Amino acid sequence: MLANQFLLLGAVLFCIGVYGVLARRNGVAVLMSIELILNSVNINFLAFNAMWARNGSPAHISGAVFALFVITVAAAEVGVGLALVLMLYRTRKSIDVDKIDALKG
Amino acid sequence: MDAPFVTPTLDYHALAPEIVLVGALAALILYDVFSSELNKRVTAAIAQLGLLGAIVPILTLWAGDPRSMFDGAYAVDKYAIILKGLFLAAGYLVVLISVHYIGEGDYWEGEYYTLLLSSVLGMMLMASARDLISVFVALEVLSIPGYMLAAWRKRDLASGEAGVKYYLMGVFATAVLLYGMSLVYGLTGQTQLRAIADAFASGQAPKPVLSLAIVFVLVGFAFKVSAVPFHTWAPDTYEGAPTPVTAFLAVASKTAGFVALMNVVAVAFHGQTDVLRWMLVPLAAITMTVGNLIAVRQTNIIRMLAYSGVAQAGYMLCPLAVMGTFVKANDMAAADNSVRTLLVYLIIYAAMNLGGFAVVIAVARRTGSGEISSMRGMFQWAPGMMMALAIFLGGFAGIPPAGGWFGKFAIFKTTMDAGALNDGAGYFLAFLIGINSVIAAFYYVRVIWTMVSGNEGDLPQAPLKSPAALRAAVFITAVAVVAIGVVPTLVSHITDNATLIAAATGR
Repeated sequence: MLANQFLLLGAVLFCIGVYGVLARRNGVAVLMSIELILNSVNINFLAFNAMWARNGSPAHISGAVFALFVITVAAAEVGVGLALVLMLYRTRKSIDVDKIDALKG
Repeated sequence: MDAPFVTPTLDYHALAPEIVLVGALAALILYDVFSSELNKRVTAAIAQLGLLGAIVPILTLWAGDPRSMFDGAYAVDKYAIILKGLFLAAGYLVVLISVHYIGEGDYWEGEYYTLLLSSVLGMMLMASARDLISVFVALEVLSIPGYMLAAWRKRDLASGEAGVKYYLMGVFATAVLLYGMSLVYGLTGQTQLRAIADAFASGQAPKPVLSLAIVFVLVGFAFKVSAVPFHTWAPDTYEGAPTPVTAFLAVASKTAGFVALMNVVAVAFHGQTDVLRWMLVPLAAITMTVGNLIAVRQTNIIRMLAYSGVAQAGYMLCPLAVMGTFVKANDMAAADNSVRTLLVYLIIYAAMNLGGFAVVIAVARRTGSGEISSMRGMFQWAPGMMMALAIFLGGFAGIPPAGGWFGKFAIFKTTMDAGALNDGAGYFLAFLIGINSVIAAFYYVRVIWTMVSGNEGDLPQAPLKSPAALRAAVFITAVAVVAIGVVPTLVSHITDNATLIAAATGR
């Protein structure tokens, strides 16, 4: 059924996002990679919601509600994240996350 | 599609603690906007009043019957009420140790307490959350203010680094957790924890996907509770963040992470004993051992407390790791008992850790450093603070009469009970707890020794004078730790009727 394709898209996006978080050094690019993961989560939720609405009761809606919450909270998270990256730039003139290594031990 | 919308009934009494806290939050913001820059001290008083005021409905709820709302998605039972009380008390103590630190520095007081209260609000929601959506929302409500608080000294390189590391790790963990939750939802079609447990019990979900979903969820929470190998953010964040914020993150935030873990693992996943076991037993074993071994090398007291906190997280994972053994033996009372063990440990851990950080802040007011060597001769210039820190460190090491021994003993007994049920992992964990307690005792006692031994060459220092709020925080936590150590029934009796699994699943 159609859910497979969506789940595959979700899995691929998830992997790209995880790779981006681990490999990218630019702070904003890391934030964008995290957004990719969250989007893969949303695609999963909506695909599963459609699946359960077809198999179970047509009024099934909890997956879509979850996706709405994810979108809302992700916006708040990125707001804080961009503020932190901005602060990083002001204090260090660089947003390279690999260069934040003053604390060690 | 034409099922009519039914307005859920709101139980205002059950929500009263949260409503009081939201009221205090609103008052704080309004006061902050309309007051002059010189009167910001009042914001701390408003925050304290809000936190104490919210304890009143906690007490009335404690006397009444368990309540639940939204078809059981929001539960106010004994388990939730104990945790809410703990979060409010921890929040109050953090305000006490923050007042002078924040007031004397170039900080933004109104916003600081607003964020602190928001985070406590998220923790209280977490205690009652019995639904994946509310677990997620509560987790974010408590985490997002935490990211900002960690970076509070925004012109300071270390604080900024603390905030960015905490944020990136935390958000990444949440994203992985969400992916796991989406798989759980896909397998069951449910978001309510109890319904998920029922759907899993029917055995229709394919095992590989089910295992993958549980692993993703557990990895997400492992970041939050700083379990090895997902602990790397914790020492850096603790060292860089303002110390009162460190105390808040180390106690309240970590406790909330464990509460989320308990809610999800004990209610939704308790039937999946084999996956939980293969995931949690190694996690607990590695976490306590690695945490303790790195803590031995630390020369900075905050980093030492951070790694000791990692090791403590390992102990706290043990009851959850062996919970599956009891479920498998169909002994649900014992399974609930292991949740209760963790609850007891969390209460004692909060008191010891908050007290420890309060003393560190008091000492750093004089020495301006967190190095253990700077505490030399403390017995002469700050005997009271030194005795208090000795009590807290003795508690971590599990030396009576400080309260820590009881928490450790309860966890040790739970793992031994699991071992008695033909579960080698139970004995293995009990053995590791024993070994680790010896390693841990070494570095805790070393700090006490440094404080007692004087520095002959130096001039005698003037006695340390600490602000009243800080002294009060140290006094309250020290009394609590000793009282629990001498009369352990104080905590064990409170938690007697706190059943999480039975209350949520009816098993």
